[in-house]
Amino acid sequence: MKNDKKRTYLLITIPILALFVCFNTIPLIRGVIYSFTNFRGFGSYDWVGLRNYIDLFGDSRVGGSYLFTFKLAICATVLTNVISLILALGLNGKIRAKSFFRAAYFLPNVLGALVVGYIFQYLFTYIIPALGEMIGSPTLSQSMLSNENLAWFAIVIVCCWQAVAMNTIIYISGLQTVPEDVYEAGDLDGATGWKRFRHLTFPLIIPFFTINMVLCVKNFLMVFDQIMAMTKGGPAQSTESISYLIYNNGMSGGQFGFQSANAVIFFIVIVVLSGAQMTISSRKEEQL
Amino acid sequence: MKKARIGNQTNWTVVILLILGLSTVVFPLYMAVVIAFKQPSEMTNSISGILSLPASFSLSNFSQAMEVTDFWRSLTNSILITVVTVVLSVLIHSLMGYAIGRNRAHSKFYKFVYLFIVSGMFVPFAILMMPLAKQTAEMELANWAGVIILYVVFYMPMNVLLYSGYLVNIPIALEEAAEVDGATTWSTYWKIIFPIMKPMHATVAIITALAVWNDVMTPLIIMAGTGQNTLPLAQLNFQTQFGTNYNLAFASYLLALIPILIFYVICQKQILNGVVNGAVK
Repeated sequence: MKNDKKRTYLLITIPILALFVCFNTIPLIRGVIYSFTNFRGFGSYDWVGLRNYIDLFGDSRVGGSYLFTFKLAICATVLTNVISLILALGLNGKIRAKSFFRAAYFLPNVLGALVVGYIFQYLFTYIIPALGEMIGSPTLSQSMLSNENLAWFAIVIVCCWQAVAMNTIIYISGLQTVPEDVYEAGDLDGATGWKRFRHLTFPLIIPFFTINMVLCVKNFLMVFDQIMAMTKGGPAQSTESISYLIYNNGMSGGQFGFQSANAVIFFIVIVVLSGAQMTISSRKEEQL
Repeated sequence: MKKARIGNQTNWTVVILLILGLSTVVFPLYMAVVIAFKQPSEMTNSISGILSLPASFSLSNFSQAMEVTDFWRSLTNSILITVVTVVLSVLIHSLMGYAIGRNRAHSKFYKFVYLFIVSGMFVPFAILMMPLAKQTAEMELANWAGVIILYVVFYMPMNVLLYSGYLVNIPIALEEAAEVDGATTWSTYWKIIFPIMKPMHATVAIITALAVWNDVMTPLIIMAGTGQNTLPLAQLNFQTQFGTNYNLAFASYLLALIPILIFYVICQKQILNGVVNGAVK
């Protein structure tokens, strides 16, 4: 009886684990191996040791892509969380048509990022400049997407437009876990408005804040579809995200080996960041 | 006390602000709709020319877009890939979650398998894509079947985490009772545990379906060169054919958005619940 049970569990686990290893672990290992070669995606190749990694740190294009991706991830994470917290407080308040509002504000999340990117590309290329001309602003009357200094912010806006939907829903479910009597007790102590939010509401929804931070940072660091749709990394490579650079130069630019090294570094960055975020936030939760 | 009385009334300031805020969601979509129905000649370079309602709601842009992008074939591919992935995910990931969830506490092997699979969540697609493009080509899986297999593997960490977490709440006594009656572990699973996990199946199905339906990168890398498209991939691949005919392009974008919009309107409650469950657990 006991053995039959064990065998069944193993018969379930081994094929599924094999599938996972075959399409996740093995490609990961192969990626690491390619990163030590000068493979161009086809033909023969040689071992080059650590040269790709050394070149990586001197490559201004790679450096630029890290700078852009982090700038985007930080700004978009802050902006998304501020907006969605405010929105969640509003949507959780005493309002009419609550479920309609919630469903409507969640809509951007279900739409595909690529098509959303195309729609916003048009918005930034034609509508915003026309508005800029109307208010007489010379900066805004050009397309933001063709301005080296502003294009990154256009990407931030699109990323936020979609991410706010998801974060708001998570914050709402957090706010619903705050019991009503906490507010009643707070009322007696005279906690209202900002004070009430700062000292009562926010500490109680910190776990949800953590989820949102982790989700945001991870998704924004891997940004790809929006770049593909809106700028293709331009103008002057000012919006080239790490994923886009790896895709573009690795798959068709003949830098298979070199971009594999870039991807390995990117993987390490993601692991370290996620690990750090989780430790910091779990420590914060313990303090409460 | 004053607060308690006010508390029951609608806060109209908030309602008005929410309605205003909604315009940021609606405006881009409104723009997409009006442009999709217009003819290029109706598009003047002023905002009013672009944003005014079209002279007539003709469907000609849409039928032309369907032809240009081979809409029905892309739609069929998208539906096929999404449905098969979701069905396989629910079956395979729940089984894996079951094996892990029931053994993790007392077996080092299953604890290792759990950590091994779940840590797959931290592997960015960027590092897998180049080796996978090579590997799927070598295995002759550079087609929709390969894409499905990859999805089943990519979403495994998340879904196994969800399933094995959910199993903790299902008392093991249920299975033990069935086993006393002589049922095998395998049949107990399908007759008792699988049906009980229904709420988690809904969550997993919705998260997986949304992610798969909207994904561009995987089919872009795996299906390149097969001449087959998914709905989002078609928008990317036919971009040059739209040229500066934005009316045609927007008709095509809307066509790509309509299936998911219909799905959202019908199942919005389940989708909201599923997404929250998936993220919070």
